Amino acid sequence: MTLSRLVPRLAPYLQASPLALILAAFLVLPIATIVMVSFWDYDSIQIFPAFVFTNYEETIASPVTWSTYLNTLKYTVIVWALTLFIGFWVAYYLAFHIRSATMQMVLFLVCTVPFLTSNIIRMISWIPFLGRNGLINQSLMQLGIIDRPLEFLLFSDFAVVLAMVHLYTLFMVTPIFNTLMRIDRALIEAARDAGANAFQILTNVIIPLAKPGIAIGSIFVVTLVMGDFITVRFMSGGQSASVGLMMANQIALLQYPAAAANAVILLIIVLLLVAGILRIVNIRKEL
Amino acid sequence: MNSERRGPGFYVLTAFFVLFVLFLYGPLSTIFILSFQGPNGGLTFPMNGTSMHWFNNLLFEKQQVGDFGGAFSRSLILGLMTMAATVVVSLLAGLAFRRRFLGSGPLFYLAIASLIVPSILISLGIGLAFQVLGFEPYWYSSAFGAHLTWTLPFGLLIMFAVFNRFNPAYEEAARDLGASSWQTFAHVVLPIILPSLIGVGLFGFTLSYDEFARTLMTSGSFNTLPLEIYGMTTNVTTPVLYALGTLTTVFSLAIILVALLTIVVLRLRRARRLAG
Repeated sequence: MTLSRLVPRLAPYLQASPLALILAAFLVLPIATIVMVSFWDYDSIQIFPAFVFTNYEETIASPVTWSTYLNTLKYTVIVWALTLFIGFWVAYYLAFHIRSATMQMVLFLVCTVPFLTSNIIRMISWIPFLGRNGLINQSLMQLGIIDRPLEFLLFSDFAVVLAMVHLYTLFMVTPIFNTLMRIDRALIEAARDAGANAFQILTNVIIPLAKPGIAIGSIFVVTLVMGDFITVRFMSGGQSASVGLMMANQIALLQYPAAAANAVILLIIVLLLVAGILRIVNIRKEL
Repeated sequence: MNSERRGPGFYVLTAFFVLFVLFLYGPLSTIFILSFQGPNGGLTFPMNGTSMHWFNNLLFEKQQVGDFGGAFSRSLILGLMTMAATVVVSLLAGLAFRRRFLGSGPLFYLAIASLIVPSILISLGIGLAFQVLGFEPYWYSSAFGAHLTWTLPFGLLIMFAVFNRFNPAYEEAARDLGASSWQTFAHVVLPIILPSLIGVGLFGFTLSYDEFARTLMTSGSFNTLPLEIYGMTTNVTTPVLYALGTLTTVFSLAIILVALLTIVVLRLRRARRLAG
């Protein structure tokens, strides 16, 4: 085969190879390392190669693990439900109630910009609102609704969920908005001509067609919340636990094999959740 | 739906949307305001006078903890590196995926997996892999790779969206006129997709510049800016924290604005050229 014929055939491989190499080095290899180290042994100063199941046994046998996983799932379910509700209606509003394409783009960007700023700063920015002497407590006390500051606002499960909804709703808005924009408007006309009311159009036409977007958004939110540790640590003030936080603590104590075993279990659970979502909704046509 | 009068649903949803936007921007705006606290002001309202004291304190006085300038320059360089790599690698991969090739399916799923795997796993995994292999982690090596696992899938998905809407007739026309494949790419394909590439670059930069979890175990002995800010939250109890938050957010907003303006200008120029 001459060179001029060979080059076009080889081109896709050359073009795809940087991506493949980067993902192999920084995704596949690290996860393989985690799996390997999860069978290693450790003492208080170092980790060493071995093939032991103690990391898994200790993780699974500990009631702390179970309550931590349950707590993380609790956050996931609550945040998922809230972001889905908010995200769907925001996307619906942008897609069906805003009439000019320019206005749609502008309002969508308004929703997107905070996503491109620092998560840590967005978390810090809740302090003046929720703190003991924060805006909410001050206003409520001035209005005479409460006579002592509410303590549950900051450093609580409430604060964790609030911050997660604040940080992650956009991951719902974008994919749902994307699917809603692709719905053929003639379908909605047809439904109305056939006598459907607004609610029937929503439940029988729009929501079924929005399912792929809802699924993609749900995958984002579920995986982000399941793996979160910084929001939980910061917003709960160390009073609540999550799997990510448990791992971060083990890492801080240099108990890498224990953290690795936890990581493998977390990864399996996340993949099962994603597989579950994909079983319900086929997102192939979106991609 | 577009041709009729606004129903009550419109007003309810408008109110909902306005509340959502307030929810997004309200907290950010309070730290903007509070960063101008007077010298004796605290972390919450009321404002105790207004001043530039905390900005001065941040920029010109020695901080008890941390190295804000060094952290900022590391984050800036890392962001630019991630941006450049994300644009080039996503563009190449996007071009590759326009044709079928052996292993395209698995590579695609690998990229999606990169989005799904929790950040802390990437962080732990890369940290461990470097330790096992005996490499020293640095922000420009291990953290750079960790950031790419987050920005590349986004870049790739944007490139998919771009090439799905790309009309191959432009390329065929160029080829019929005798352009080589490089000329076709450089003079036809690239100008058309340039605005989207700027979008990819914007994602690459800002996601890297703000990344925390993936940097935690991979940055080695020097902190990036998000790590520095997080460190400050546990030690610093003055509005200097808000001054830093305000400055980095204004910086992010400026970057976003520059990128958006560039996209708008490119679009307008192209529209004018097509019209004339």
